[in-house]
Amino acid sequence: MPERRFYNTGGSPKMKNLAELQALRDDMKTKIGVRKDGETRMRIVVGMATCGIAAGARPVLAACVKEIETRKLTDVVVAQTGCIGICQFEPVVEIYDADGSKTTYVHVTPEKVPRIIASHVVNGSPVVEYTIGANAN
Amino acid sequence: MVRSHILVCGGTGCHSSGSDKLFENFESELKAAGLADEVKVIMTGCFGLCALGPVVVIYPEGAFYSQVKLEDVKEIVQEHLLKGRLVKRLLYTETVAEDTILSLDNTDFYRKQKRVALQNCGVIDPENINEYIAYDGYMALAKVLTEMTPQDVIKEISDSGLRGRGGGGFPTGKKWSFAAAQPAGDKYVCCNADEGDPGAFMDRSVLEGDPHCILEAMAIAGYAIGSSHGYIYVRAEYPIAVKRLKIAISQAREVGLLGDNILGTGFNFDINIRLGAGAFVCGEETALLNSIEGKRGDPRPRPPFPAVKGLFEKPTIINNVETFANVTRIIRNGSAWFASMGTEKSKGTKVFALGGKINHTGLVEIPMGTTLREIIEEIGGGIPNGKKFKAVQTGGPSGGCIPACHMDIPVDYDNLIAIGSIMGSGGMIVMDEDNCMVDIARFFLEFTADESCGKCTPCRVGIRRMLEILEKITSGNGEMEDIPKLENLCNFIKENALCGLGQTAPNPVLSTLRYFRDEYEAHIINKRCPAGVCKKLLNYYIDADKCKGCTLCARNCPATAISGEVKKAHVIDNEKCIKCGACIDSCKFGAISKR
Repeated sequence: MPERRFYNTGGSPKMKNLAELQALRDDMKTKIGVRKDGETRMRIVVGMATCGIAAGARPVLAACVKEIETRKLTDVVVAQTGCIGICQFEPVVEIYDADGSKTTYVHVTPEKVPRIIASHVVNGSPVVEYTIGANAN
Repeated sequence: MVRSHILVCGGTGCHSSGSDKLFENFESELKAAGLADEVKVIMTGCFGLCALGPVVVIYPEGAFYSQVKLEDVKEIVQEHLLKGRLVKRLLYTETVAEDTILSLDNTDFYRKQKRVALQNCGVIDPENINEYIAYDGYMALAKVLTEMTPQDVIKEISDSGLRGRGGGGFPTGKKWSFAAAQPAGDKYVCCNADEGDPGAFMDRSVLEGDPHCILEAMAIAGYAIGSSHGYIYVRAEYPIAVKRLKIAISQAREVGLLGDNILGTGFNFDINIRLGAGAFVCGEETALLNSIEGKRGDPRPRPPFPAVKGLFEKPTIINNVETFANVTRIIRNGSAWFASMGTEKSKGTKVFALGGKINHTGLVEIPMGTTLREIIEEIGGGIPNGKKFKAVQTGGPSGGCIPACHMDIPVDYDNLIAIGSIMGSGGMIVMDEDNCMVDIARFFLEFTADESCGKCTPCRVGIRRMLEILEKITSGNGEMEDIPKLENLCNFIKENALCGLGQTAPNPVLSTLRYFRDEYEAHIINKRCPAGVCKKLLNYYIDADKCKGCTLCARNCPATAISGEVKKAHVIDNEKCIKCGACIDSCKFGAISKR
């Protein structure tokens, strides 16, 4: 077996009490959140076909992941999908609520992401002006 | 900034089919695609479905890719990770639906499983203590040290009904209470990771997939009995397990979860590894203690039991890997939770290594009380090639063969003993109509005869004599009085051998005599092996109607036992024939048969 990089605990000082162990656990939990099966409240799906990537979907995806991580939203998943056929509106981000209803955001930029997540994902009210309904014409 | 995790199975099964190379390729392909910062590759322990290895699982989708080859890596990275399109041809077929993937929990293989001991296997990176901690690792130890007295711990384990998973089924809480009752002083906690049964790999998978849970449970046991030192006795044939244990111990020491004054509670505990050279007898607890002490691995007479006078003559508890793996979960979830699973006298779950003639070779964990039929037909996916099930062997060389008529018996310690087998450590070898039961008994006796340490006469000489009788029968020289002779020897060895290995060694013979006596009789009276396995009892024949006289068989026969003219039926001289089967393999017309 080839030597893998040995995981270094960062030379962290020894844990002195239960509280330190709990703090480390809570911190680590957010980092492994994506590995959960079926316990998610919401799914954020970024269109990552050629059209999406060309229009700048990659930084949008990165912004989504970063925002989820900063806010420690462990019950939200960020995923990708292929082309959904509205290439002129890319980058497209779809948010699926727990009840399965879907909101489609179009022409998303990394700058728009924090507002979408704060308003829609955290507080449950979609940002209507960014949705496809408001931009169809 | 990580949005996706690629879990590559790093168990021995997948590792031997190249998963380490897959791991490296994923890392380099991700780098090339510019995804190295947002997708993380993790090498985990065993997922259980070893037959489909190497296994790769990608989250958050939970996509289960099976039999992934090196050349598939680029496609997975480009399609799945960059464009978000599943690579359907590589998905485990049972998880593929119309346009989405189904959860693994809904597949036949996983549906009836309940993962307790294997909870973290295939979920965490076993070489990273922080991942273990993220899944509440070391919280059981913290709970024990801060909220419970040693008596509370023993009571909790006793109440859970946990019994030793190494084979004997002795109540774990009781074992701990014996050692705890000894006067304070040096005491030891030992982990028996000397898994030696042919076909068993449960303990190896736990050590490879979740090494920290063993360390944590040993520390808990140490607190319960008043010990500050543990030894893990693991066989040197498990290099990956040994490596991960070493990494786990050094990480736990580094963050202060092993060593002095753990979590500021004043409790000290440290663990050392001792490598075994692979002798089967060293899995027997008293021989294991001798081996740790640097002595020859011979069993010691009991009493005194190890709980009174064990390692270095000090009170010692020895538990199996899987037993320890259950301990942390019992402490975290409570004894009532554990006792709610299983049957009246066997609580919790049991891990089995499924092998032999079965479709889903691999590792399964089921609640006690699941029937053999459910394990073999549903979880195991049945017998390959449409063959008929004949028997299942449980408990390795100490166990017995269970025939089809007992398939609906709920699996627990006592039921298996009642039908002449044992739970054992958890090997489960499935046999179909092509297996000869006399030959199976001979195979296991050959193993125990080789592995007998030679200290006591019943085992050293008795098993050798039994093996000779079995060889006599399988070579066609058996006589009817051999059967009562075998039975006498079996009963004598059972009652008089010094240790558990000798006492249980006759089980494969006793159980096959009990359920497949007709096969023994066919070998002895009719000089025939019904399954067509025992070479000396086989004769090969050419069907004159089917033979086209192509001469292919005659040219392939290494013993020049086949004669005949071109375009005329050939004949086999069974005096010259060495029963190698080369003729059957070469015949294009199916004209050759053995019977």
